[in-house]
Amino acid sequence: MASDTLKRIEKTAGEVHRSILKHQKPSLKFPLRSLSNVKYDPKAGHFEMRGRKKERTLTVSTVKTFAQTLRMMALSKELVASDDIATKREAYYVSKNWDDARFLEQPESDAVMDDVEALFEVNREQIGFVPEEKGGEISGKLQIVDRDSETGKPLKIDCTKFGSGAYSIPISVEHLKFETDADFILVIETAGMFQRLVKHKYWKTANCILVSMGGVPTRACRRFVRRLADFKKIPVYVFVDGDPYGISNIYRTLKVGSGNAAHLNEFFCVPQARYLGITPQDIVDYKLPTHPLKDVDVKRARDAIKNDPFFQHHKPWVAAMEHLLKMGVRAEQQALAKWGLNYVIEKYLPEKLAHTERFLP
Amino acid sequence: MAKRGRGRKHERAAEPNEAKKGTRMQATTSRPAKTKGGRRAKEDQMDLFAGKKAAGDPAPAAPRSRKPASVEAAPVESAVAVPEMSEVDSPAPPARAGVAAKAAPARRRETAESIGRRQREISVAEFFQKNRHLLGFDNPAKALLTATKEAVDNSLDACEEAGILPVIEVEIEEKAEDRFRLAITDNGPGIVRGQIPKVFGKLLYGSKFHTLKQSRGQQGIGISAAGMYSQLTTGQPVKITSRTGAKKPAHYFEIQIDTARNEPKVLVDREIEWDREHGTRVEMDLAGSYKKGRRSVDDYVIQTALANPHADVHYKPPKGDEFHRERLTKELPREPQAIKPHPYGVELGALISMLRETKGRTLAGALQADFARVSANVAQEICKTAGLRPEMRPKSLGVAEVEQLFRAIPKVKIMAPPASVIVPIGDALILEGLKQTVKADFYTSISRSPAVYRGNPFLIEVGLAYGGEMPGDELVDLWRFANRVPLQYQQSGCAITRGALMTDWRHYGLQQSKGALPTGPMILFVHMASVWVPFTSESKEAVASYPEIIKELRLALQECGRRLGVFLRQRDRLAEAEKKKSYIKSYIPHIGIALREILGLSKAEEQKVVAVLTDTLERSRTA
Repeated sequence: MASDTLKRIEKTAGEVHRSILKHQKPSLKFPLRSLSNVKYDPKAGHFEMRGRKKERTLTVSTVKTFAQTLRMMALSKELVASDDIATKREAYYVSKNWDDARFLEQPESDAVMDDVEALFEVNREQIGFVPEEKGGEISGKLQIVDRDSETGKPLKIDCTKFGSGAYSIPISVEHLKFETDADFILVIETAGMFQRLVKHKYWKTANCILVSMGGVPTRACRRFVRRLADFKKIPVYVFVDGDPYGISNIYRTLKVGSGNAAHLNEFFCVPQARYLGITPQDIVDYKLPTHPLKDVDVKRARDAIKNDPFFQHHKPWVAAMEHLLKMGVRAEQQALAKWGLNYVIEKYLPEKLAHTERFLP
Repeated sequence: MAKRGRGRKHERAAEPNEAKKGTRMQATTSRPAKTKGGRRAKEDQMDLFAGKKAAGDPAPAAPRSRKPASVEAAPVESAVAVPEMSEVDSPAPPARAGVAAKAAPARRRETAESIGRRQREISVAEFFQKNRHLLGFDNPAKALLTATKEAVDNSLDACEEAGILPVIEVEIEEKAEDRFRLAITDNGPGIVRGQIPKVFGKLLYGSKFHTLKQSRGQQGIGISAAGMYSQLTTGQPVKITSRTGAKKPAHYFEIQIDTARNEPKVLVDREIEWDREHGTRVEMDLAGSYKKGRRSVDDYVIQTALANPHADVHYKPPKGDEFHRERLTKELPREPQAIKPHPYGVELGALISMLRETKGRTLAGALQADFARVSANVAQEICKTAGLRPEMRPKSLGVAEVEQLFRAIPKVKIMAPPASVIVPIGDALILEGLKQTVKADFYTSISRSPAVYRGNPFLIEVGLAYGGEMPGDELVDLWRFANRVPLQYQQSGCAITRGALMTDWRHYGLQQSKGALPTGPMILFVHMASVWVPFTSESKEAVASYPEIIKELRLALQECGRRLGVFLRQRDRLAEAEKKKSYIKSYIPHIGIALREILGLSKAEEQKVVAVLTDTLERSRTA
């Protein structure tokens, strides 16, 4: 794997070198990373690239980014060759030694890193860069088999034995193995709701595995849930806020991946995920307290209906989004507390889980 | 009737303003303050005005506003003398409307006779004493500027008429707080002894009003108004020294104005020794305030020098460095010629009085003799269009017939007035003046050919200086000139400003908010020359917006704007190219480093990459 990546980097750099010596302007071809360049493949269950590429030719106006991309490639080669890693932030600081070519802000270096990742159509971990973000938390009926980092011996972790705490998903999850007899995986948006369910051992009541995403799921979190669900062939139910952000950003990214790193979605998505709630209909059925939709929410919802291939493919989603827009309100998971703090455990979840066939796709 | 109404409105509109001035003036003359208000507020205000006049003014207590104001036409709005128009108006019962309005709340009943006893003529001097804001003496800073301006205008006009290259000396000395001595000396032809008192001690006395000719002064109000203001605020007479030639003695006068009669009062008249062969020196004390910056006397002097490149200008301000601008050219501007009025510009009232006073025996003859561009054929055609006999005696025309004539004029095609009578500053001298006055990166100027508004020929000139050390984040400086006189006040009401606002400077690379002047490091010099500049008021601060004038202004401003745009675009291109060059230099070495690190190139190979790539990009940049 590593030598393959090295070869790709050297091949690309060699092409650039050759065209420079021929007095030509070298160019690099990047897959276009945006929603407009993805299609939703219902069979595969995730976003796929349409294959449109942008070509960055070295000209006077692109010379800075071009130089930065090449230096980032050089850094990546060094990392892979020496089997080292660098976080995004560290890579940003490495660039401070590049004189005029240094990055002024981390978002600039992140963008170039994403470019390099897409250029070689690899996972950024494969080119030596690791994210800083935490991967999510697990609690419930699951035993994870990891390896001891010193001895390499198998290490069994029982996710029922973290008390009021939880197991932290590591950055790399490919080597993990699972043992479970849970009926389903419940993926939760907020740490607060996760805490409540852990505290009351909901995983025991419902015989399930609880996953906290803490916002938009990281790649590691998506990969973890995907491997777990594939491995044991158990369903995945998603419980997020009933607003355009919860639906379109969090749920959609978990299920089919993001438009930004579409070349990786194949691995970083959970096609079997189903949407438990909060649905727009729940707001009505459970008489939930609401807040008005902000302008940015409205924009996000309209954008989903209009431009997002996933929502366009699923008519029930279009209807649900339009329902939400028509009501002009949003409801958070915690809004269920209106009927009592444990209403969610005693009434809402059991009622919803009794009719999983009604979950949104 | 309508006219009388206007006259009264004028006075009334001025009252609140004046009342304020009056009270302020009291403070300086330390008169006990009178309380205003109550039913007799109007009379009280009148008293206040009386109080600020020079001692010995026999001001009657009765409200004078009810008199038919004989000077009501003084705020001349048209190019033609209007006072004669009062003859047209049939005599109306005096101030009937005024009585009615007053009578209702008043308990005492007035009769026509009782009012009649109080009615008397108002002297033009009295009128302007009360309404001095009309002449530009409405605040101390402006008063100092206006007085300077009136004296300098006269000096320059006199020198040019006599064919003398002007040397103007302006001295301002601070005598006490808010009290200045102003002295203007010129090397002009001087004034003959007999005329000195009238020129400086009588309002509306001058040589320029009755001719249509490009000059700075128009009405003969300015300098005597300055003297009147001096007298009003300090009680001091105006001091004049004048000499008409080496073999003639110099005369020294001290003059006051008898405002009630609009006549000069000579206090001193004697011959003195003067070291100049010819010229005039005016000296006056006045209440004022000296400040720097926009609309200051300093700015006025600099701008005057700019608009009069043939003048040698000396200026000694109350504080700070002296200013001396040597003349940029030894050539006097061509002498402007007087022209007869053009029929298109005449007003009905003026036409009536012209026909009454003409020397022509027949109507056609009168038209031909008294107007510009009216040939025998044109005169015949006007008469025919009006349905009048060409050979009728002009004095026999009734008002209705004159009106027929008046309406016929626009229907007849008449040649434009002669444009050669307008004398521009010239684009070369504007450019040179700007270069000398401000440090900038780009200069341009344009002098348009003459055009005509309402029968009066005029001409627009624009100069532009951009960049240098001028502040870039402020609105541009707009320097307005009319017949070489800088206009300092009422910028927003001026046609020149309108022309600049209506120009879309964003096309030329400047920032401009809606309805505002553009922003940028720039001075705009705009000059209008005309036989009659249509000012919006007697203080001559703003040019009236005739469509023809606006059009010419825009054409001139746009042309200068286009040239600025070309300059700015070229400068941006060069800057961009420079930036790209440094870009290439900064980043290409990194491509060399990266390729060496990835491909394990040697140092020599790395340098070759940098050299070849630099060459490739440099080529593409210039291609």
